[in-house]
This record gives sequence, structure tokens and C-alpha cells, in this order.
Amino acid sequence: MTVARFWRRIPQRYNLIGTKCETCGHVFFPPRAFCPHCRRGGDLHEIKFSGKGKVLTFSVVHSASDQYADQKPYVLAIIELEEGARMTTHVVCEPDEVYIGMPVRSVFRVLDEDGADGVIHYGTKFVPDE
Amino acid sequence: MVGIITYGAYIPRYRIKVEEIARVWGANAAEISGGLGVHEKAVPDYDENTATFAVEAARAALARREVDVSEIKAVYVGSESHPYAVKPTAVTVGEAIGATPVMTAADYEFACKAGTAAIQTSMGLVASGMMKYAVAIGADTAQGAPGDALEYTAAAGGAAYIIGNDDPIAEINDTCSFTSDTPDFWRREGEDYPQHGGRFSGEPGYFKHVESAAKMMMERRGTRPSDYDYAVFHQPNAKFPQKAAKTLGFTAEQIKPGLLVPRLGNTYSGAVPLGLAAVLDIAKPGDRIFVTSYGSGAGSDSFDITVTDAILDKIDRSKAPSVESMLEKKKYLDYAVYARHKGKIKV
Amino acid sequence: MVEVAVIGAGMTKFGERWDASLRDLCTEAGVAALEDANVSGEQIDALFVGSMSAGRFIGQEHVGALVADYVGLGGDLHIPATRVEAACASGGLAFRQAVAAVASGMSDVVIAAGVEKMTDVGDATDVLAGAADREWESFAGATFPGLYAMIACDYMNKYGLTREELAQVAVKNHYHGARNPYAHFQNEITQSTVMNSTMVASPLRLFDCSPVSDGAAAVVVCSLEKAREFTDTPITVLASAQAGDTIALHDRPDFSTMGATVAAGRKAFAQAKIEHKDVDFVEVHDCFTIAELCAIEDLGFVPKGTAGKFTAEGETQIGGKLPVNTSGGLKACGHPVGATGIKQVWEVVQQLRGEAGRRQVDGAEIGMTQNVGGTGATVVSHIFRREC
Repeated sequence: MTVARFWRRIPQRYNLIGTKCETCGHVFFPPRAFCPHCRRGGDLHEIKFSGKGKVLTFSVVHSASDQYADQKPYVLAIIELEEGARMTTHVVCEPDEVYIGMPVRSVFRVLDEDGADGVIHYGTKFVPDE
Repeated sequence: MVGIITYGAYIPRYRIKVEEIARVWGANAAEISGGLGVHEKAVPDYDENTATFAVEAARAALARREVDVSEIKAVYVGSESHPYAVKPTAVTVGEAIGATPVMTAADYEFACKAGTAAIQTSMGLVASGMMKYAVAIGADTAQGAPGDALEYTAAAGGAAYIIGNDDPIAEINDTCSFTSDTPDFWRREGEDYPQHGGRFSGEPGYFKHVESAAKMMMERRGTRPSDYDYAVFHQPNAKFPQKAAKTLGFTAEQIKPGLLVPRLGNTYSGAVPLGLAAVLDIAKPGDRIFVTSYGSGAGSDSFDITVTDAILDKIDRSKAPSVESMLEKKKYLDYAVYARHKGKIKV
Repeated sequence: MVEVAVIGAGMTKFGERWDASLRDLCTEAGVAALEDANVSGEQIDALFVGSMSAGRFIGQEHVGALVADYVGLGGDLHIPATRVEAACASGGLAFRQAVAAVASGMSDVVIAAGVEKMTDVGDATDVLAGAADREWESFAGATFPGLYAMIACDYMNKYGLTREELAQVAVKNHYHGARNPYAHFQNEITQSTVMNSTMVASPLRLFDCSPVSDGAAAVVVCSLEKAREFTDTPITVLASAQAGDTIALHDRPDFSTMGATVAAGRKAFAQAKIEHKDVDFVEVHDCFTIAELCAIEDLGFVPKGTAGKFTAEGETQIGGKLPVNTSGGLKACGHPVGATGIKQVWEVVQQLRGEAGRRQVDGAEIGMTQNVGGTGATVVSHIFRREC
């Protein structure tokens, strides 16, 4: 990802900041500027998620794109944050540790590097919440 | 008085045993382990580096105590393994704890004592009234060339301190430093691994600076080793701090809680900050802690610290993992996987 | 609206076409379709080309113009050519645009083509990941197999689908592919082939995944009324339905149900005014084995959670109650992404004309297609009937 494209959402990526629609109560991560349920009737505000959640579904990825080739195999999962938003992310654990319903908490990790001489992308991943 | 508002530590979960490294290089494991007093060392995950350690440690500190992050006006990260040669680790930390944008930030490098240098700077900024809080972090993913003596100890981890004068959990009564141009260890720009002077790092380096700074501190404070409940010395191996402590008159009991190197390895800029964190994990109000760091090149920073009542009622230490719990939670790697974790395999 | 019919269809052999470029593939399929339709270039009003990512695969945009030029519709005839993109549903959508152009009365005779040249790029995985949410799925480590694997994980957990049942989808599609001379893979396999193949993204293995293929397909449509001028066997388009959903899988309420397939299927059946039992066979989007099971459930052919058993019992194979993917599907026929939606129509034409040879569904009169973009953010479905 280009520098500006990543930089644009650094606070949200680092700190799990999403949005909440005060009209319908839905929460969003990644943040949405426009509520897809209330549309123009929506009223969106920033919300900082606690970082606690659970695994809804997962896969152990053995064949990755070049970006994540050096981390394979890795656990890819859809997490439901306790506030209700859902996101696709890595769960940093052994492949045989993960299960549906596993409680997780957020951690700060390197997502990838834009080559050895490029920018390092940091962000949120999850680990088992023991 | 200026002191520690809260603190946090981070140690990655992976370890490699000294005997496993020795096996690969055909060295005598018992001799090395016995000589260094180090049995295993902490290794980062693929996606961890000094910045992620620094952020996790700072967040652990904030988990223990509610701090108005908008009052944090400075972030300093000391390390000899900053992920970038140019671009500060400290801004990543500032962003990840929500302290940006009204703050200053910079990275420090002073071999293994960059973390305590960050604490000293923070003390000055707070004590002068320039700001309410400053964050000082020491963290490293230390580098040792494959097969080099450093590889047996070069470890990963870090600790963060929020410095302020508003109900500190520990008051920093004084700090002083002893510094000289002593090239016992260095890494030139663009080089992957540091070079070192072997045994030269001992007497002219470590012992001269640590002992001088420590003696200076006790002279300034009019104290003796027996006045302290705990002492933390820089620990590149287990032998050096034990020998320095003995020379200065500290007992094995005083240094034991802060002597992590046998199970952790040398976390460089993280070493003294982590040792102090381990002591704070168990400290009681009134406990007095003596701290002396060492950074090759060379210099030592000494601190005289008194734990306050605030450690019981102003922070909740259980809100973040203790150093001991992180030392216990571990998973061993063989050398090949360790090499992959450390990025030693170039593809 | 004007009733629309397919009057010609052509496709290239799908597979690793090292010798052929994108324009070569399009020309090959286009000429075959025009010859099949018995239509000359001068009679063509418009061209729609489905291509997912010519820009990333071969660095070529403006694909509509390129294709029109090389099939002889650009320079002299100045035929309007439009590229259509909806990831893997690009072909299905190009067909729908062609149908709409005729149904509206704007055009008389229209070509819908689909093409992808995928083997000229190194990291196809990353290009395909662009069909998901690049910033919040792909960038977080989601590959396409990884996303469908998470659907499979959820589905297996909810419905107790077995590994053997899932493998049977690939076994059956290879059985069909072995009877299609245009298929990428024309070999039969067994469940153990699938279950012992390399793990790609658990629980999906290599043989659960459609291949990276080159290929093109083209069909010619016109009004049903005009169709008789060209052919004795026009294939009527009874329904053309499309539906959308959230771009990211994580925003769907039920990962195992493709909401857009449910919506497009309902619209299609309502338009066609037929019932499920009237459909003789269906071409669905089996980019991964799990997707075929979800597709026949979400279109309403079998209840949720039963497609694995239905497949294991042989009901989706030729001769079964509902033959699925007689072309070999994406799994065996191959999946040049932009071409797939058009290839599905091509297969329907072969079946309804009774020209499908060794894979012919006896007495086929009504066929259906379902083509998916991404993990289901776009679904397009068509229903066809043979005119006697």
C-alpha cells in the first residue's frame, strides 16, 4: 500500500477507532462516514473499541500473497469486537490453538513491510485472551 | 517530587536456549551458559520489533493507571535497534497511545542505556514544569551476529515509564551519570551487527562506569548499600552485575529480583527498565531501590528511588502482566526457526 | 421490454495458454461466436467485454477498444465497445449489459464477451485479492482462498459438512470437465486426490480451488423476434437478475449464506415465472468447492445445510436430480475470471441445443447461471429456455 493510503487511517488502525451510528446503534470498524442502515438519517461518531472480542470464523493460510509470505502459515480470522463490529485480521497464535468462539484481545504488531528499504506498516492484530 | 507515575513491561513469548545456539556453532554449551550465567533468551515473533515492544509496554503502563494522555507532552524511546535508521520510533508510540499531536518526540541511542537516558530527560522536563507527563521507554530486539559471543545473550523486550510529579508510585530522589569516550562496542551505519572489544568491555567499560556512577550516587545521597531494599544493575550477562554489586557492597538478595538475564538474556536498552519493572511488580511502599545502567561507548546512569503509598492505591498492578508472568509464559524455538524470526535468513 | 435470445456462442480452450495473448484469446472466442451465430460484423451494434483486472494482470486498460479493434469491429466499423468489471462476475455482468441493450431497444445485435489473461503475472493471488476490500480484508492478510476458507469453516461448524462431502464437489466437477474438450482439466480425480492435496487455506486444499487460467468466451444476443433470421435454435433469456451485498465478508450477518445469491435468485425466478423443479441444470460459481454448495442452497434448490449430502449422493452429477456445473465448473473447466460468466452462458447454450456431447443433460429445456464477484458482493443470475 502506498504511504498516503496507509497513513490516512493510522490512528484508526493503531488504536481500533471506528464509528457508531447514534440513530441505529450500529458500530463500524473500519470506520464508516455514512451509516449504511440509516443512510442520510445516520448520526456517526467516533468510538474507540476495547480490543476485546471473539473469533467468529478462521482459516490457517498456507499460501499467501507476497506481502505475507514470510509469515505463513498464519491464522486469518473474522473477529467480533465486544462492541459489535466485525473485522478481518490475524490472530497471532499456533495454528492448532484457534477455535470458533475463542476470546481474543488486540495487540500492536507489524502488518507488513514495503520491502527491506520501504515503510513498515504497523497495526492491530489479535492474540488469545487468556 | 518527580517520579514514576506508572510503568509497563513487555517480553515476547519465544525463547531459545543457549545450548541450542551452542549446538549450531559447535560450542560448549555448559561452558558458555556457566560463564555467562544465561540459560535462555527472549526472541521476537515475526511481526514484532522495538516499536511494537515500546507500544505494548506503554499501553501496559496506561492500563495500570488512568492517565490523561493529552497531558503527555513527550515520548522518548531508547534503543539500539530502532526499526528505521531515520524516522522515529517515538512517534509511532505517541500515535499508538493517543498522545499525538501536541507532544514532542525523539529516539535515543546509547547502546544499552538509552532507556535510562530517556528517563533522565523526562525527569528534567517534568521537574522544570515544562510538562505534566513524559514517557520514557527502553526497548530492543538486540542484534548479535550469527555465531558471535553476543548471539548467546542478545534478547528482546522493553519497559515503559510515565514520568510525572503527580502522586508518583515511586519518587526518583536523584540521578547522576558517569560518561567517557570508551569504544568497547559499536555498530557502524549500514552494518547489520555490532562489533565489540571482547574482554575490553569489562574493566575499562562496564565496571569502571557502573561502579563510578554508583559510588557517586551514594556519595551524593549519603547512603550505603544496606540502605536499599533492591538494586538493579545493567545485566549483559549474570556475571557482570553480580560482580559489580559485590564490589560495591550489595548482597545477592538485593539484586536477585531485578536480575532477569539468566531467563531473559540481555535486552540492551530494555535491560535495566525491565529489571526495575520486575522490582516494582513486588515493591511495597517505603522500599528503596538503587539502579545503575550501563551503555557501551560508554556511560552509566544511577538512580535513587523510593516507592510511595501510591503504588497500592493509585495504580492497579494486576491490570497488566507482571515481568515474572511474561518470563514464565514461553515457547522454545530451535535455531532455524529463531533465525527466521530474527530475519537472519535473507530471501 | 423486448424478449432477448442468444443466437451464438464460442469459447477458447481454457488453460495455461502460453502462446496466446489477451487479444488472441478474444479474437478466437469472438470469431467462434460470430460464426456460430451466422452474423457478420456489419450487423453488430455493440460489444460488451467483461474483464476483471487486465490492468493488473497485463497492465492493459481500455480493454473494450482493444478487443473491438482486434476482432475487426473497431477501425472500420466504429462499433461501441464497453468494458464491464465486477471482479469474477465481470463476464456475467457483461452479458447482462448486452441483454439490457437489446431489451431496451437501443441495440439490435450485441456481443457479450469475457476474457482474462492470468498467466502473464507472477503474483495472481494478490491481483485476485483486489476483489475483496483491499484496505480492510486483503491488506489484513485475507487471500481469496482464505476468505472462502472462512466461509467453509463457518459452514462446517454450523451444518456438520464433512470433508468427504466437500471433496465430492471437486470430484464431480472433474468428472464433468473430463467430458468437456474446452476444459482446463479433463482428468477425473478421486476424493483422496482432493483430501491429500496441498493445504492452501484450511480447510481448503489445492483441489478445492479453481485454477489460474487463461481464456475467453463470447456470445451473441438479439431480440427473439430477430433471432429466427439467424438460427433455428434460439435460446431465450427468461430472466436477468443481479444483486449486491457488502464488499467485505466480515460485514455479512451469516458467512455461510450469500445474501446476493438469495436476492438475485429470487428475482430471477420471479422474472422467469418458473419454479425450481423446472430447472434442468445449473452453472454456478464454484471458485472454491464450498461456494458451489452455498450457491445451490442460496438459489433455493436444496435446504440450507443439505447441499453436501445432496452432492455426495450424486444428485449434482449428470444423471442426478440437478446436474450442477456440467462444463466442469470453475474447478475443472478453469477460471479465467472475466471469461467465466460468459462461459456459463456458453455451456447453457450447448446443453439447451443438445450439443453437449458426452456431458449432455437429457431433455434439457431450462438452464440457469449464477456468477459471483468477490465473496458475494456482486451476484448475477440468468435463466434460459430452449425455443423449439
